[in-house]
Amino acid sequence: MLTIKNLHVKLEDEDKQILKGVDLTVEAGKVHAIMGPNGSGKSTLSYVLSGREGYEVTDGSAELEGLDLLDMDPEERAAAGLFLAFQYPVEIPGVGNMTFLRTALNAQRKARGEDEMSAADFLKFIREKAKTLKIDADMLKRPVNVGFSGGEKKRNEILQMAVLQPRMCILDETDSGLDVDAMKLVSDGVNALRDAGRGFLVITHYQRLLDHIRPDVVHIMAGGRIVKTGGPELALEVEKNGYADLMAESA
Amino acid sequence: MAIARQTHAQQKQDATAARLEALGPISDTGWTAAARASALDRVVQSGLPHARDEYWKFTRPEALTAPEPSEAALFAAEETPIFQKIDRVRLVFVDGVFDADASDAPDLAGVRIERLAKAAEADIHWAKSLYGTLEANGQAPVSRPLAALNTAFADDGVLIHVTGKADRPVSIAYERRDGTADAMLHHVIKLDPGADFTLLENGPAAARFNKVMEVDIADGAAFHHVRAQGRDHERQAATHIFARLGQESVFKSFTLTANGRLTRNDCVIDLTGDDAVAHVAGACVGDGDFHHDDTVFVTHDAVNCESRQVFKKVLRNGATGVFQGKILVREGAQKTDGYQISQSLLLDGDSQFLAKPELEIYADDVACSHGSTSGAIDEEALFYLRSRGVPEDRATDLLTLAFLAEAVQEIEDEALAGEILTRLEAWLERRRA
Repeated sequence: MLTIKNLHVKLEDEDKQILKGVDLTVEAGKVHAIMGPNGSGKSTLSYVLSGREGYEVTDGSAELEGLDLLDMDPEERAAAGLFLAFQYPVEIPGVGNMTFLRTALNAQRKARGEDEMSAADFLKFIREKAKTLKIDADMLKRPVNVGFSGGEKKRNEILQMAVLQPRMCILDETDSGLDVDAMKLVSDGVNALRDAGRGFLVITHYQRLLDHIRPDVVHIMAGGRIVKTGGPELALEVEKNGYADLMAESA
Repeated sequence: MAIARQTHAQQKQDATAARLEALGPISDTGWTAAARASALDRVVQSGLPHARDEYWKFTRPEALTAPEPSEAALFAAEETPIFQKIDRVRLVFVDGVFDADASDAPDLAGVRIERLAKAAEADIHWAKSLYGTLEANGQAPVSRPLAALNTAFADDGVLIHVTGKADRPVSIAYERRDGTADAMLHHVIKLDPGADFTLLENGPAAARFNKVMEVDIADGAAFHHVRAQGRDHERQAATHIFARLGQESVFKSFTLTANGRLTRNDCVIDLTGDDAVAHVAGACVGDGDFHHDDTVFVTHDAVNCESRQVFKKVLRNGATGVFQGKILVREGAQKTDGYQISQSLLLDGDSQFLAKPELEIYADDVACSHGSTSGAIDEEALFYLRSRGVPEDRATDLLTLAFLAEAVQEIEDEALAGEILTRLEAWLERRRA
């Protein structure tokens, strides 16, 4: 599904190398987790994959089902099936949440040569998706993320994921700012989307999110590289001993 | 210095004389004659606008004051229809000339509608106490010579007397078919106590258009105004609204402008009765060789009145937007609530927004605020939209519409606000095509 090879990335405006050779393959149907201390490059990896400006790829490649992601505009990546759930979802005053979702869905369908969804069909579709995430009509009407609580913003990200049905989902610290109940709701939303054709890359600091979203593979990232890869037990090890031990081990 | 000043005064005098000569004599018959004569005096006294004048520093007045209009190629592209879904009495002017065949019969309960050209033949008329009066009142402290010129020379327009609650709006459509028409129209609208009336306006009007609208709103009356100036690019226009508000009356005006080589919209509002409310708003989209100027002057001369100015401009490809807005609170106008915001969204580095917000307050118990901002598109929001699959141009349009929405929301009537949004969306969509 997602194949990253020897990815080197620096900041565009500064001579600062952030990713120093990331190798990672996420297979369809699998959930991979990336853990790592602050500043290890986890969020940068998610931004570079989704096409945010401000980064320069100096070496390596990233492909989504054989398509060169790094050569595509952000909207093309989205239409190809990539989705990033933002750590800090952006507030967009004046753009209604519903309008936003419908515009995004239809833009993707159009880009893929599919028919656009009618307003009536969309309304039915969105109501059903919103219900399972406990998103009420008011949240759908309000401007995108404006005045939403931290939990509401994250639920709104998962709603977008449910509506757009991407093939490769990247979750960037989706657990940050969530209380226990919200974490359960968000995790349930993610788990409902797990299927054989979809890959997940879950970026997190903490193991607790992984209690809810059970990963198949866990990677530890440090200093801009994946330093260790293992099964779910690796997350527990981090929780117990911290990153310092692991990093010392791999150094 | 003295020599330079004399030169400007001389230039002004010469330009004024040339324009007046081209226009010929004013009409000296009927009930408007006295008003026309005194308006002509005002023009001669102040002279037509000059680039050195205080409120013409950001907008060059030459094209508006020249003896003849410059040729304006007709707009070839199709214009999105507007107000078609609104049940209304429609009046049509083509190049400033009334088109009776295209217009509806002016039958509306509680509303008397006449043409200035017809009514002016009479010796006595209800509009006599208003024609040129609100315009004359609006000449201090800042002179508005183009409006005085209009009072002196406009030979047509619409006189509307509203005695009750009108059940439908009146819409005036200004069509344009001629490349050099120089049109002047003067409307007078009088609302009796408790009356309620909505006026709609749309269209490019003429190659060069000078329009004055005087609105007298009696106690407890409400006047709503929604205007869409045409997408016609070559036309040039100077418009004035002079409104006088009585006690507990309401004035709400919104203008949408997209393109137009030169547009100057003056709005002069006088709050003379206690507890009155005046809102004036504008949304404009300018692309390329575009110059748009909103000049608003609100005077609070009564207690506990509210005024609100909301102006939003989206500019690209070298377009220029101007906002000159003033709130004047006179002595004794306590409990005034005055608000003013002007914002521009600059879609590239070539465009400019010039703002001159002013507050002048002579009362001590008032709340007045004003703000002006200029900014580019929010890159974070743009990336967020793109990351969800919305192409960059469409995402930019969504954010542009969102920016303008705050001004469009000033329109109270939802159906009318919808008409404006539909037209805006169509414009943006066509530009992408």
